[in-house]
Amino acid sequence: MWQFFHKLGSPKWFYGIAGRFMPWLLGFGLLLALAGIVWGLAFAPRDYLQGNSYRIIFIHVPTAFLAQSVYMMMAVAGVITLVWKMKLADVFVRAAAPVGAILTVLALFTGAVWGKPTWGTWWIWDARLTSMLILLFLYLGIIGLAHAYSDEKTAARAVAVLAVVGVVNIPIIKYSVEWWNTLHQPATFKLTEKPTMVPEMWVPLLLAVLGTYLLFGWAALYRMQTEVLRRERRTRWVKELIAAGGGSQLKSRGA
Amino acid sequence: MNPARKRKLTIVLFLLAGVAVAVGLTTYAFRQNINLFYDPTQIAEGEAPVNVRIRAGGMVEEGSVKRDPDSLKVQFRVTDYSSSVTVRYEGILPDLFAEGQGVVATGQLNENREFVASEVLAKHDEQYMPPEVSEALERSAARAREEGREMPQY
Repeated sequence: MWQFFHKLGSPKWFYGIAGRFMPWLLGFGLLLALAGIVWGLAFAPRDYLQGNSYRIIFIHVPTAFLAQSVYMMMAVAGVITLVWKMKLADVFVRAAAPVGAILTVLALFTGAVWGKPTWGTWWIWDARLTSMLILLFLYLGIIGLAHAYSDEKTAARAVAVLAVVGVVNIPIIKYSVEWWNTLHQPATFKLTEKPTMVPEMWVPLLLAVLGTYLLFGWAALYRMQTEVLRRERRTRWVKELIAAGGGSQLKSRGA
Repeated sequence: MNPARKRKLTIVLFLLAGVAVAVGLTTYAFRQNINLFYDPTQIAEGEAPVNVRIRAGGMVEEGSVKRDPDSLKVQFRVTDYSSSVTVRYEGILPDLFAEGQGVVATGQLNENREFVASEVLAKHDEQYMPPEVSEALERSAARAREEGREMPQY
């Protein structure tokens, strides 16, 4: 375990191992996400009350779930940056922030599209919707802050502090529907209880969530590789890689 | 862990705890503003201001919906199963509006403690089920009523 942690300090080693994981993450991610979404959108039974419009959950729930998950990962990476000064943790935060922002936008957008026919309104300033919008602004803040400093170390520290402090918003998003009166309904899935949905509905949803996780893993590693290359552009191994025609998988022995 | 890192980790944790407490107290202080609506009990207890634009929310009471045959005027009672409030509204109701369903209405309380709504939104609950399951549940509930048994609430 500690050995793995120390090896992550080597950008070249990381580049190689990421390149080996990426095709699997992309393949299985696409497979699971597409299976879940196609099953959910086309074959799952419709809802007794909402009819077909509920089907947006097969996109809304995975994106909203990931948007919060990704932020928590970034907060952990932020702690690692601040305490252990691991550069790769900062690379992860920079790589993940735009992906998380896009997931949040998708969750907000699909929610609005569902809200119009179901609730009767696109948007309402209730605690769940507002805290989710704050999450989007946190992501945008992190992206902006990461590019605001010319010094890499200062930027890394500022971004890490924002990522760590902003994690306070995550329990607010999660429990907003229980702590306050909101228009948004409480969670259908609880970790401690058996799902109240029929399996024909929750299995495709679970597939879509798992697939989205894997696809996020792929996107994060891909963006991290790019950032590592940019930072290491003056080293010999990167120059050799470029001379050999690039490619995300290292072929040399050291990988 | 070496002392310098330990110290840093402690600082980070204290920072996080401090921010959490600050945000917690702030949201606690503003809880009535963060709450999207007043429930019927709060209105019955006089917590909700009169003649001020507010939201009221709860379940539409069974058998309480009265529609005016000549216009879009509708009147119903919103309940939280301990108190209820009469809501008057003129306009088109959302598709999901039905007796026994949740609603959130925007409007004003008048002097008679009736809620005059300018907008009614449907509140969906966390239950999703195929139509066959819902019909089966209704059938077994009807059977249970005939036999005088209590049905578990889903």
